[in-house]
Amino acid sequence: MVENQKAGQDNDQPLLLAEGLSKSYGRLMACRDVSFALYPGEVLAIVGESGSGKTTLLQLLSAQLAPSAGRVSYRMRDGVMRDLAALGEAERRFLFRTDWGYVHQDPALGLRMAVSAGANVGERLMAVGWNHYGRIRDTASSWLERVEIDIGRIDDAPRTYSGGMRQRLQIARNLVTEPRLVFMDEPTGGLDVSVQARLLDLMRNLVSELGLAAIVVTHDLAVARLLSHRVMVMKGGRVIETGLTDQVLDDPREPYTQLLVSSILPA
Amino acid sequence: MTAMIEITNAEKTFVMHLQGGVELPVVSGVSFRVEPGECVVLSGPSGTGKSSILKMIFGNYRCDGGRIGIRHEGAQIDLATAEPRQVLSVRRSTIGYVSQFLRAVPRVATIDVVAEPLIVNGAARAHAREQAGSLLRSLNIPERLWALPPSTFSGGEQQRVNIARGFISNLPILLLDEPTASLDAANRAVVVDLIDEKKRAGVAMVAIVHDDEIRHLIADRIVDVTSFAAAA
Repeated sequence: MVENQKAGQDNDQPLLLAEGLSKSYGRLMACRDVSFALYPGEVLAIVGESGSGKTTLLQLLSAQLAPSAGRVSYRMRDGVMRDLAALGEAERRFLFRTDWGYVHQDPALGLRMAVSAGANVGERLMAVGWNHYGRIRDTASSWLERVEIDIGRIDDAPRTYSGGMRQRLQIARNLVTEPRLVFMDEPTGGLDVSVQARLLDLMRNLVSELGLAAIVVTHDLAVARLLSHRVMVMKGGRVIETGLTDQVLDDPREPYTQLLVSSILPA
Repeated sequence: MTAMIEITNAEKTFVMHLQGGVELPVVSGVSFRVEPGECVVLSGPSGTGKSSILKMIFGNYRCDGGRIGIRHEGAQIDLATAEPRQVLSVRRSTIGYVSQFLRAVPRVATIDVVAEPLIVNGAARAHAREQAGSLLRSLNIPERLWALPPSTFSGGEQQRVNIARGFISNLPILLLDEPTASLDAANRAVVVDLIDEKKRAGVAMVAIVHDDEIRHLIADRIVDVTSFAAAA
């Protein structure tokens, strides 16, 4: 259970608002009529099995996919709510490079595998106009430290890194521009259990220290419990149950959620 | 109205969909109130829903009917119908929950596990750690263990860490689920003192304790849960 929330202290306006979001591929409805509000500092987990529409929803929310119906609005840094579909190219680029992070399940999709770790982190800073080499390198190394990567490895390319290190590097690359919202798609998928625990602990601390809002797609209910304040359970493209994370996991209402919760293997 | 907790006709039923939709009524007609500085002990044999009531007050179990009025930041809020964000806000600044079991976060030092609730509410880290240390000392957790994560501790030690974490806060409501269950006599006495201290500070408490002697020492009032047993 995540207990140190900073959400809602003085942030009474939603950061992101989804209204009636749907996406169909021909006759297949991958996502149906999803509506919710995400507030600053709030961590929302989207859970469900493969094919339930979680990743489609994440792509709709992060403007990587255009909805068939409905819309997503985001509160820009000037405080104005904007429909993502109506943003200009420069504004979209600002969101992707600065105000948002996107952590992929496969670090190779979120990193440039052949350039150094330092450059991977520094690149996001250069994209927002930093040009002083020394400052970029200092900031990059302090971020590597925060994600527990040995500074001695700063000039090595991530293809020489282990899976857990790559994932931590991807997180550093995303957080260096101090985004307000981070999307994560199965951030611990494919990692060993011990590596997962370390990564989860790190993410949990970073999210609460930085007051980040996050939307985390996961099929792992333990990840949802440790990281998120709220959960949405998806099945067949629909949100079938939603609520406080510990409430949904300890007192699930819907048959499918009860099945998910009861399917966890005890350690 | 000064009551910190005011519950009216709250009810809870579990529907077990995996068992063919069997309905399991837990409690109904739950009504009682708790004033500041008062410790109400829920009594009744196991299985009558004491823990469920505590979890409903914490917003961990959903409430199927009735009202769970909580005095939160100067106004009454109904937790039975509150939004998730409101429940989180109530947990941050109004209600603390001390369970028997510590849900340990990997890799976090004991002293920080205990200090965390204060830090979240804005206390300086050094001050929070100082208070955490003095609570751990009074609960007889040796100082050499403070830097280690509690996941490696014995059951009784983990429980005392959990108690320290629960009692460190300055929250006006505390829910205690068998706080003394597996403690020795010396540590039970420490917990009784801590509860007394909270009473003097005006904290409203709801507790479940099976030990008659402890119940005697801490209860200002006893609410018999068997009267809320839902008709099956």
